[in-house]
Amino acid sequence: MRAVVTVTGKDKKGIIAKISAFLCEKGANVEDISQTILGEYFAMIMIVDLSESKEELSVLARECSELGKQIGMSVYMQHEDIFNAMHSV
Amino acid sequence: MFTHKDVLETIAMVEKEHLDIRTITMGISLLTCIRDTAKETARRVYDLVCKKAENIVKTASDLSGEYGIPIVNKRVSVTPVSLITAAFPEDAPLVGKALDDAAATLGIDFLGGYSALVHKSTADYERKFIRTIPEVLATTGRLCASVNVGSTKSGINMEAVKMLGETFKEAAFLTKDKDGIGAAKLVAFCNAVEDNPFMAGAFHGVGEADTVINVGVSGPGVVKHALEQIPDADLTEVAELIKRTAFKITRAGQLVAKEASKRLNAQFGIVDLSLAPTPAMGDSVAQILEEMGIQTVGGHGTTAALALLNDAVKKGGVMASSRVGGLSGAFIPVSEDIGMIKAAEKGAITLDKLEAMTCVCSVGLDMIAIPGDTPATTISAMIADEAAIGMINNKTTAVRIIPAPGKTVGDEVSFGGLLGRAPIMPVHECDSSKLINRGGNIPAPIHSFKN
Repeated sequence: MRAVVTVTGKDKKGIIAKISAFLCEKGANVEDISQTILGEYFAMIMIVDLSESKEELSVLARECSELGKQIGMSVYMQHEDIFNAMHSV
Repeated sequence: MFTHKDVLETIAMVEKEHLDIRTITMGISLLTCIRDTAKETARRVYDLVCKKAENIVKTASDLSGEYGIPIVNKRVSVTPVSLITAAFPEDAPLVGKALDDAAATLGIDFLGGYSALVHKSTADYERKFIRTIPEVLATTGRLCASVNVGSTKSGINMEAVKMLGETFKEAAFLTKDKDGIGAAKLVAFCNAVEDNPFMAGAFHGVGEADTVINVGVSGPGVVKHALEQIPDADLTEVAELIKRTAFKITRAGQLVAKEASKRLNAQFGIVDLSLAPTPAMGDSVAQILEEMGIQTVGGHGTTAALALLNDAVKKGGVMASSRVGGLSGAFIPVSEDIGMIKAAEKGAITLDKLEAMTCVCSVGLDMIAIPGDTPATTISAMIADEAAIGMINNKTTAVRIIPAPGKTVGDEVSFGGLLGRAPIMPVHECDSSKLINRGGNIPAPIHSFKN
């Protein structure tokens, strides 16, 4: 199963490193990554494969949100189906 | 495949625009629970509801976590209780209590179906059942009641309309220490639907499968935000944008509904396309109408703007879901919509305008507080007016009105939570009792004879 990790907020050092370390620890494999910086605003979207992760998506999503609070960013992990459903006919 | 913009748009809808799944409602048939006595039936009802819906709260929480979209309410609707207590209608409150207890055990906020369907005429057991409603609403917290008093096919049962006026008065009086909240849990319908996921009027129709998941989506804030991006567009463009937005919102509901029904071992019923407001700022249907160009909701043009909104939401939603149903239209409850509350406080919106608005949207005179000394026959006359609109226009209409005990125009009622607060609105003081006391039926309209 694939999920989308979205990280937004004010740009700072080490964001990608921290998020990647967290995902690696949880057994999530990053399949795609893209990132933009608009002024001071940082936005990163990753597609991750969770088939080897031992934790449930709803638990990982909560942990992502907590990690986001620690590093002062907004971090979401959501099942990819929600975006496929809402943005394709 | 989705793009960066799509992902960020979805997140903004949830973070800033109050996108949510308003309710996951499990419809449960109680027909297998009928036993010889009310006590045995009540026990069976409690056990069945607790068993069927035991995972509804956890499943909703899991889905919310996985998809990143809040699921606000988890609810249950059941077979109209008047049917399963027909042999012992005076003891129907025992079943009502069992349902309320089951709702508390499950941790859900409302359970609907303390209901009777009397659109053609009132059977004796239904008459007795309806008389139990005020007491049951006063002694339970989560149970909701509804009565269908008319339909396009059968006309309007004016005996039931008269009873319902009295029922609203008594339900409010018996809960006078809480601003008459009993009446806020009661709905009088015309053309009630059997798969409505929204409270207080949800019940599980006898034509339904034994366990069904119906989902109500929401998102007035998302529609308003979208319209803010095109302040000078003409109304054709406005309608197109609402359609596109409704499509996205409904797709989220469809996904959640399908997944929830799979996990809860129930049939996927319908997605209800209603735009349902909450008292939160930015989650208001009234403010969409104001964004379209009416200074304050209730002004001239409100009905036209609402007609456009209601139709565009349906067109976008129908395309997005494999099965739509329920009420499917924009809701205009006064106490549950911050824009409506403000307009009512200013006197910009009146009962007459609200009645006109119900001709073009779902669902009716909803969550409106009126003076506590309003005669029961005047409330019945309001129900008759709404039922007539529903009957003639082939649509669902309803009345959920609160004659607030001891209060009058200038006062306010406050129920808290999703039920919100509302100023007392004036009603016409002329007497309608002769019409109501005539009884009988208003015959079905000629255009209902289609066979």
